[in-house]
Amino acid sequence: MEIVVCIKQVPDAFEVKIDPETKRIIREGVDSIINPYDNYAIEEAIRLKERFGGTVTAISMGPPQAERALRDAMAMGVDEAILLSDMAFAGSDTLATSYTLSDGIKKLGKFDVIVCGRETFDGSTGQVGPEIAHHLNISYITYVSKIHNISDGVMECSRLMEDHYEELKACLPVLITVVKEINQPRIPSLKGMLKAKKAQINTWKSENLEGDISCYGQDGSPTRVVDVWTEQMKKDGRVIEGETEKVTDVLFDELKKLGIV
Amino acid sequence: MAAIKINHEKCTLCKLCIDACPFGAIEIRDEKLFINENCNLCGICVKTCPEGALSKEESVVSFADISSYKGIWFFAENRDDKLCPVAFEMLNAALQLKRDIGEDVAGILIGNNVKKFASELTARGADKVYVIEDSMLEHFQEETYASAMAQLIVKHKPNIVISAATMIGRAFIPAVAAKIRTGLTADCTDIGIDPETKLLVQTRPTFGGNLMAKIICRNHRPQMATIRPKMFEESSDVNNGQPDIIIEEFDKSSLLNNIAILKKERMQNTVVIQEAEVIVSGGRGVNDPKNFEMIRELADLLGGAVGASRAAVDSGWIPYPHQVGQTGRTVKPKIYIACGISGSIQHLAGMQTSDYIIAINKDPDAPIFRVANLGIVGDIFEVIPVLIKKIKEARKC
Ligand SMILES: Cc1cc2nc3c(=O)[nH]c(=O)nc-3n(C[C@H](O)[C@H](O)[C@H](O)COP(=O)(O)OP(=O)(O)OC[C@H]3O[C@@H](n4cnc5c(N)ncnc54)[C@H](O)[C@@H]3O)c2cc1C
Ligand SMILES: Cc1cc2nc3c(=O)[nH]c(=O)nc-3n(C[C@H](O)[C@H](O)[C@H](O)COP(=O)(O)OP(=O)(O)OC[C@H]3O[C@@H](n4cnc5c(N)ncnc54)[C@H](O)[C@@H]3O)c2cc1C
Repeated sequence: MEIVVCIKQVPDAFEVKIDPETKRIIREGVDSIINPYDNYAIEEAIRLKERFGGTVTAISMGPPQAERALRDAMAMGVDEAILLSDMAFAGSDTLATSYTLSDGIKKLGKFDVIVCGRETFDGSTGQVGPEIAHHLNISYITYVSKIHNISDGVMECSRLMEDHYEELKACLPVLITVVKEINQPRIPSLKGMLKAKKAQINTWKSENLEGDISCYGQDGSPTRVVDVWTEQMKKDGRVIEGETEKVTDVLFDELKKLGIV
Repeated sequence: MAAIKINHEKCTLCKLCIDACPFGAIEIRDEKLFINENCNLCGICVKTCPEGALSKEESVVSFADISSYKGIWFFAENRDDKLCPVAFEMLNAALQLKRDIGEDVAGILIGNNVKKFASELTARGADKVYVIEDSMLEHFQEETYASAMAQLIVKHKPNIVISAATMIGRAFIPAVAAKIRTGLTADCTDIGIDPETKLLVQTRPTFGGNLMAKIICRNHRPQMATIRPKMFEESSDVNNGQPDIIIEEFDKSSLLNNIAILKKERMQNTVVIQEAEVIVSGGRGVNDPKNFEMIRELADLLGGAVGASRAAVDSGWIPYPHQVGQTGRTVKPKIYIACGISGSIQHLAGMQTSDYIIAINKDPDAPIFRVANLGIVGDIFEVIPVLIKKIKEARKC
């Protein structure tokens, strides 16, 4: 079985801070990591291989540095890794990102299961997975929380919706997006890390892909970010310190003013 | 190719643009300014440069006649044989856009036996309702719903299509946008019309709520967005004359039909904290599942629901449906009380727009205080019991 996992490199969620003066994201010293949700996708892809056989290929679109995310994935047990990196891909929105990734996946040849994270930490649209499925003309299932079985080209899985669970059956090939309930991602072994360090990561540029070049990057992106700013923190807030009795009085009076006690 | 162009003769390497770039896309290579792949062409650097050394070049592409696209559509989500409250929030958002561009507002009903909801939508201000009914649409499925929606868009060419960013909306609307090959802005907290260009201006948080972005879709139609629940009030009753209800046949010709639902099971005691007017949330500071009783008691006294941070949920103190934040629920109650919650950006992403935020935390530097209208520096195990006592006493007299 050919399993593909899509991963994105993002700034470390826990380190992103805002400069209170300039209201800008502080990037110095902020590490890049695998998008937290994509660790669940990688883990599930590896487990599928362990359960049903096959190979796992990780694919990422991003700057050359994203190679590190792919190496980290290989350290966990991914067999092959492809980086799609080209200035021509810069400024991609989700339509262009998904189009480019689907071209990369087509170039890989055969695929049975494509695993994506539920959403990223930075863009967090959750749109790339469903849009890849469209470009490949395959079915997809969002929010998958368990894969029960794969046999004779059919996957049985569960997913988590707002107020109910579902069990579904899907003919391969299929794309799934996974939620964190699906597994507990493994810590890479030392052997895995050594192997990943030496592994060959293929980088493909736009000319290596067969798609329509006008669908890549900014030109292939219908949306434009026209402004960004950091959210102003509430200015009228006040913070009260002091004796428990005193601060609780303030709190109680406020709740009274708000009309709920 | 669209790009940011650098005039190296004008550039003084003052690095102001490097600091200003939110994406870390500008660097110095070989003593020259260089723009790397992280660039999103947002143009912030162009505005920052004091020397006018940077400019934005848009590629000129001509598109099919976009002015023939008319109308403001919203997806009227229904579940368990009921219209969801978000359907009326979307209707209201659409009506606000109508004020600015004067185009008709149409609701989209997809499902089995959903025609009956049409009059509820027209009674609250929709000019039209398009209905696609089919037994295949009885249960939500990405592919069937996306096909139905795309089919309507191709036929009737709306200018704007919005849907709530619920799990269902976020699951199938991206496939609709991809089928139509148009842009889709996710998870908006606000939408409006630019007075000059008449384009839909879509505001959304990214980086877990840290960075706000304004996004437009200039050359493709429809302009599509998913909108966070609770950002718009529900529309109220209006008298809208004769409702116009259009029934469409579901075209199944392009369906892959690869997926079947075997079983659907309601979650036990699901709590819908999104509906509550008051939410009292507990975090890691609550320290123990037993202590959540105290949080629950306060919530009960205030007629509210219990929320939680992911730290509390991951510790197994309280089930996932209570989680507030980027990967939990988005809530916008009248009053949100955060107890022993530090205020990580992911938590803030789910509650920042609450009308009034109260935080109780023993750490005076906790980031939660930066969004709180009222911050109480104190130990929750001291403050909350005293508060509960006070409320009970006040109620007695
Ligand atoms: C401030 C800002 C706001 C934006 N808002 C929008 C918007 O509203 N609409 C829009 O269309 N674009 C938007 N974009 C662009 C969007 O962030 C990029 O297209 C991004 O490359 C992919 O989107 P995402 O991060 O939301 O991924 P998601 O759709 O959240 O990712 C879901 C999954 O897809 C896979 N995946 C995503 N990206 C990659 C990748 N590069 N390589 C491999 N796998 C990947 C991963 O498995 C991931 O878990 C925005 C960009 C910025 C900077
Ligand atoms: C991709 C991703 C998604 C995430 N999604 C979410 C999400 O949806 N929701 C979410 O909440 N988190 C989410 N997180 C986790 C988030 O980063 C934080 O780890 C989490 O919110 C911390 O929870 P907390 O504030 O309860 O705990 P902590 O950060 O540990 O804070 C505990 C606070 O309690 C205070 N405290 C301790 N004891 C007391 C006491 N006796 N009295 C008063 N105060 C006390 C402490 O001073 C401290 O400020 C996500 C993280 C990632 C990476």
